[in-house]
Amino acid sequence: MAEFTMPSLGADMQAGTLVAWLKKPGETVKKGDIIAEVETDKGVIEIESFMTGVLERTLVEPLTKVPVGTVLAIIREEGKPATVSQPVVPAAGTGRLKVSPAAKQLAAELSVDLSAVQGTGPDGAISRADVEAAAAQAPLAPSPAPRAGEAGDRLLRMRQTIAAAMARSKREIPHYYVGTTIDMERALTWLAEENLKRPVKERLLYGVLLLKAVALALREVPELNAVWKGNEVVRSEARHVGVAISLRQGGLIAPALHDTDKQSLGDLMRNFRDLVNRARAGALRSSELSDPTITVTSLGEQGVESVYAVIYPPQVAIVGFGKLVERPWIVDKQVVPRSVLTATLSADHRVSDGHRGGLFLAAVDRLLQEPEGL
Amino acid sequence: MTPKLTCDEITTTVLRALGEIAPEADLAAIKPDVSFRDQLDIDSMDFLNFVIAVHEALRVEIPEADYPKLITLNGCVAYLSALLAEKTSA
Repeated sequence: MAEFTMPSLGADMQAGTLVAWLKKPGETVKKGDIIAEVETDKGVIEIESFMTGVLERTLVEPLTKVPVGTVLAIIREEGKPATVSQPVVPAAGTGRLKVSPAAKQLAAELSVDLSAVQGTGPDGAISRADVEAAAAQAPLAPSPAPRAGEAGDRLLRMRQTIAAAMARSKREIPHYYVGTTIDMERALTWLAEENLKRPVKERLLYGVLLLKAVALALREVPELNAVWKGNEVVRSEARHVGVAISLRQGGLIAPALHDTDKQSLGDLMRNFRDLVNRARAGALRSSELSDPTITVTSLGEQGVESVYAVIYPPQVAIVGFGKLVERPWIVDKQVVPRSVLTATLSADHRVSDGHRGGLFLAAVDRLLQEPEGL
Repeated sequence: MTPKLTCDEITTTVLRALGEIAPEADLAAIKPDVSFRDQLDIDSMDFLNFVIAVHEALRVEIPEADYPKLITLNGCVAYLSALLAEKTSA
């Protein structure tokens, strides 16, 4: 018997609204099956089952907003007997909230719903920091159906969520930054030849080479592939690269490409395209939001040459790529034109230092000089 | 044999493909000589999706080297008209 709870789909998510159940009580669910949809400030997210079993009962009605961690349903292992139904009360609805006056005032200024904030102080008291972290939690629409101004409201909440996460990052994470310029000539030449062999639907974007190079370089500098939990770093064995994707209505989201280092370039391109299309259609899955172990952001198409990104907590590193530019480059003592781009690393000094960060960027550079090996 | 399409039909196909990648766009307001990227804020993934949509709608192979010819509406119509005429006569 296991509790299926409202997941945390980002460091600053405090609550979500259950939009719909996609499975009924009594139905068999497999690990990875989509069993519910939840609305967050990142849009409507498909929530996957973390186990195989039978959906025994649901405990939260659709269109109810509940804090992260609230039990939404009970999943029973197949073959095990059903249990007697027991009501579960959402934590947000119990007792009187302990809120400091300063936090209360900040909540009013930021339109934060205090009942959905999880306090981290003594006895769950809500502090200013808790309110700041939950700044995105303005009351959600009672219905998922489109209404006037909804897109603007969602964009505002997403902006508040980003602001809260980035403020927390700058407050808590001692960033350091290193950068390097990478000669992309070999990679682009190889890519052009490779794409000649591929039908339109299977052609690669050069961004896929960058993602794969980052994922493989993490094998050499694994401390960058981690999350900060409590007071310690927890390394991840899997390399799930989060990709920053700008949304057409504004804002951005950075879902994971699972096991980026293990995928062929063709699979990675197919999955990358699918991820971008689903992100923009508002059809991401919960694991894609909760699993990134590092993030890659590219602003080259916006004309930016160097990106000094802010780490997305609880991750400990983010890689930025700039625009491809033609530059004079010295090869065999001759000045030749080359397509180059600037790669930067923003990393958490609690976890690594510039020496290791430099080795990571050197590995990315080296891997891109041998594109056929990616 | 591939039926010959008029420029208007090609324009409609191109605009439909654009509408798929930029559903919020006012397609009637597209300026034919200005790049799609400048008008619609599309990125390389959007452009790839656009090329795939055109490829599937018109059943034509578009080499990557020819992508620069597809960056405006007028460019698309000229390039695709020639490509379809070549295919029809083949």
